Amino acid sequence: MNRIRILPVLLMAFLLANAARAVENHPPLANPVLERRYQHLTEEIRCLVCQDQNIANSPAPLAANLRYEVRRLLFAGATNAAIKRYLTRRYGDFVLYKPPVQPDTWLLWFGPFALLLIGLTMILLLIRQKSRLYKREHGRTPAS
Amino acid sequence: MKKKSRYLIGVIPLVLVAGLLVALWAGLSHQPSIIPSPLIGRPAPPLTLPRLAHPDRQVTRLVFKNHVTLLNVWASWCVSCQYEHSTLLWLQRHGVRIIGLDYKDHRIPALAYLKKYGNPYVQVAYDRRGLATINWGVYGTPETFVVGPHGHIRYKYVGPIPQPVARRTILPLVQRLRLDESVS
Amino acid sequence: MIAEIGLYALILAFFMAASQTFFGLAGAGTGRLRWMAITRPAAFGQLFFMALSYGCLTDLFVTSNYSVRYVAKYSNALMPFFYRVAGVWGAHEGSMMLWMLVLALWTGMVAVFSRKLPVVFANRVLGVLGAIACGFFLFTLITSNPFVRLLPPALHGGTLNPILEDPLLVIHPPMLYMGYVGLSVAFAFAVAALIGGRMDAAWARWTRPWTLAAWIFLTVGIVLGSFWSYYELGWGGWWFWDPVENASFMPWLIATALIHSLAVSEKRGAFKSWTALLAIAGFSLSLLGTFLVRSGVLISIHAFAMDPRRGMFILVLLGVMSALALAVYVWRAPLLWEDGGGFRFLSRETLILFNNILLVAGAAAVFIGTIYPLFIEVFGLGRLSVGPPYFDHVFIPIMFPLFILIGIGPYLSWKSGSLRALFRRLWISALLWLLVCLLLLLLAFDSHWPPMTWLGVLFGSWVLLTAFVEPIRRLWLRFRREPVRLPNGVLGMSLAHFGVGVIILGITVSTTLGVWRDMPLKPGQSYRMAGFRYRFDAIGPARGRNWTGVRATFSIFHQGRLFAVVHPEKRHFFPDGGTTTNAAIVGGGLHDLFVSLGNPLGQGKWSLRFRYEPMVIFVWLGGLLMALGGLLALADRRYRIALEVRPYLPIEDSSNSPDQAEEESP
Repeated sequence: MNRIRILPVLLMAFLLANAARAVENHPPLANPVLERRYQHLTEEIRCLVCQDQNIANSPAPLAANLRYEVRRLLFAGATNAAIKRYLTRRYGDFVLYKPPVQPDTWLLWFGPFALLLIGLTMILLLIRQKSRLYKREHGRTPAS
Repeated sequence: MKKKSRYLIGVIPLVLVAGLLVALWAGLSHQPSIIPSPLIGRPAPPLTLPRLAHPDRQVTRLVFKNHVTLLNVWASWCVSCQYEHSTLLWLQRHGVRIIGLDYKDHRIPALAYLKKYGNPYVQVAYDRRGLATINWGVYGTPETFVVGPHGHIRYKYVGPIPQPVARRTILPLVQRLRLDESVS
Repeated sequence: MIAEIGLYALILAFFMAASQTFFGLAGAGTGRLRWMAITRPAAFGQLFFMALSYGCLTDLFVTSNYSVRYVAKYSNALMPFFYRVAGVWGAHEGSMMLWMLVLALWTGMVAVFSRKLPVVFANRVLGVLGAIACGFFLFTLITSNPFVRLLPPALHGGTLNPILEDPLLVIHPPMLYMGYVGLSVAFAFAVAALIGGRMDAAWARWTRPWTLAAWIFLTVGIVLGSFWSYYELGWGGWWFWDPVENASFMPWLIATALIHSLAVSEKRGAFKSWTALLAIAGFSLSLLGTFLVRSGVLISIHAFAMDPRRGMFILVLLGVMSALALAVYVWRAPLLWEDGGGFRFLSRETLILFNNILLVAGAAAVFIGTIYPLFIEVFGLGRLSVGPPYFDHVFIPIMFPLFILIGIGPYLSWKSGSLRALFRRLWISALLWLLVCLLLLLLAFDSHWPPMTWLGVLFGSWVLLTAFVEPIRRLWLRFRREPVRLPNGVLGMSLAHFGVGVIILGITVSTTLGVWRDMPLKPGQSYRMAGFRYRFDAIGPARGRNWTGVRATFSIFHQGRLFAVVHPEKRHFFPDGGTTTNAAIVGGGLHDLFVSLGNPLGQGKWSLRFRYEPMVIFVWLGGLLMALGGLLALADRRYRIALEVRPYLPIEDSSNSPDQAEEESP
């Protein structure tokens, strides 16, 4: 059982040895506006390695690199749109969790609302029909 | 509602479901996690890194000038890279010019790796922190770019290159690009 | 030996299901009583053998029998007993077995409780359930046999994904499966009624409790799942609009629409064909979810096996079942179209129609958002991601009108509601709500709340203030000695709606007012955030039964006084498992504090994440209240009576009882 006792120590050693290459989570930015933008942006950017997480939460080294880039660009005064453009030029639209609104995403962005409108129209027509039926069944509308 | 429109309304869901099933079926043969590069057809991004074996010298974009070049992103800690190493050596033997990009690595193990398994690279750029490589849209190792003679990216392969792909796709592409170069 | 018994039991269960299907459907179709007599015993047989087979698989896991490939791959003798039992469903093959066990359970329950139903109809229902089961048995036996031997046997087991080693693992999938599969009952009821060509108010009354039960399980399953993500994943999120999460959310939305629509069908005999369509859609979405998890078509943290062949099989299953059901619908629905009497614009029917269209539009939004990346890719238009920002901008606004209507619908009468009566019911709530608005304006005026917070809080408080009006009114009347009943159905509905208000508040406040920060710290240092001081006391190695790792100690102070001591950990599982980040969560009722360990940064510093989540507990609370409300509604006298008394005779349309309008529960 001695082997098992050594393992935690080995693990610590391993983790510490890789510290230099470790994921670097930086302290919050001094400027709260920038920090808020940083958080907002990193939550909207998809990690390409752990593709089911945003770069704010992903433990992958690439995510750390991308976070660093976002901070660098924020300090350099780039706008949110410019930062997103920077990333999509290199990685494509995949990297944004919020798909751009362009002709090939109209169905995506407006489809549900269109469906809602169609549904509402159909319902209103149905209600009108049923309402007339009600009036026929009950003579004039009773006083409420 | 009239009889005909009733049937019509009932058929709409059926059509939608059929469409969905077709799309899902098509999706089965796709690999969702491989991301196509938006850089294809565009000029090679900036690249200014120290060389692996000669820290005082640099690899820059000029390395692509007037040559058809492969840029292969690798690392000594990358297990998948070992699968393609022999393929890279094969490509080198067939006259393909390959520039290596050592990604998030340490010099000593990287040099040892090349010494042990062979060096298919003409030069190796060393990106210790991995930041410069972001310009190329690299998100893992190995990745390989084919850069044309005018410095434009023509092709990208994500993952270890299998021998058939090297033989049937990459080598012919390189040869075709060389022909274009010599013609123009 | 056990593995072989398990396999043979599985095959026998399949034959039972096949008999159930054949005799159920053919017997009903031809009217042969002798054939129909076989259906129920066959259903019980399916349950028996399926349970036996599942029991065998569990035994193999518990005894760590590495001569079976599935066990060798996913179990380990070092795992605690609990997780060996639950680990059966931790991977694809086992989870399919669970799916089918649950289906057999529901089938058995339907077999028991359907004795009061007309024979032909009951047989058709069981026949349809049997057909579904057959499809899955074939799938499992052909592509996902859990009893495949591994010879020579492995010496050591594999391991479960360490993230799954958690008490909630025991409850979350079974709950979810009970919900998913439970929708198959509503599906079967709908298809059976369509085949038979008759769908009346009685049909709605039979279907409703089954749907409600499935809905309850689905609600609990989803809530547990998000709670599990919250404390297991280490960074405080609890909903990611991940494809598999969406795959459970869509059936839930449709099931919610379904229970409301069934209410109309039961009370008024109206919307029957629409209800049938919803029932079909609900289960089809469950099947779609099953497909998405296992086919590798979409990227997800929940994804199981990435095997295109299996994916193809399930796709075919999904296609066949939904296409057949829809075909039956198209064939028969026109017969049922004209139904129910008229109703005015201001009536409960109208509001339920709005409820339905909003929920369906919401489900459509979730659906489109989930499938779109796949669509784009298949049509060669590049690669796209659709994530939380999309759903926040599209799904949530669609829900807003629903939050308003939920406070009005229950207080409008059937057929013809009156504005005056509505006002009489709601004026107190409206007044209280205005008071709340005023209070909030005063208190929170300078606190920089984002607009979404305002919206959420205002909607949430409206729902909360209108939820219990009816029970309170009735209790007040009872207090005044008036002969008014307060059925469980009414109470349940009120509780469930109240739960919706709670969850709206929880979701809004925790997402919009929550704060997180990353901070590098070394032992001895402190960090202040959101009114709390976190002091990093120590960090050292730690060990568990099948893991090693590091464990940190933090003391949290609030206004100078010690609030809590917490121990975030990082665990590495052997033999070859991954690493989990076990965040330390301290709940204070109105808020949660979160400390999560990152990676070491050298020189004794560690990367840490701190989160402040106000009112996040309301999310889980709200969900549970909704489920409780449903349970209460299920316990309504009507259903208990139906279980006891006389055998039911199929009667004609029994919808229009005018005296029911005022008294009855929704």
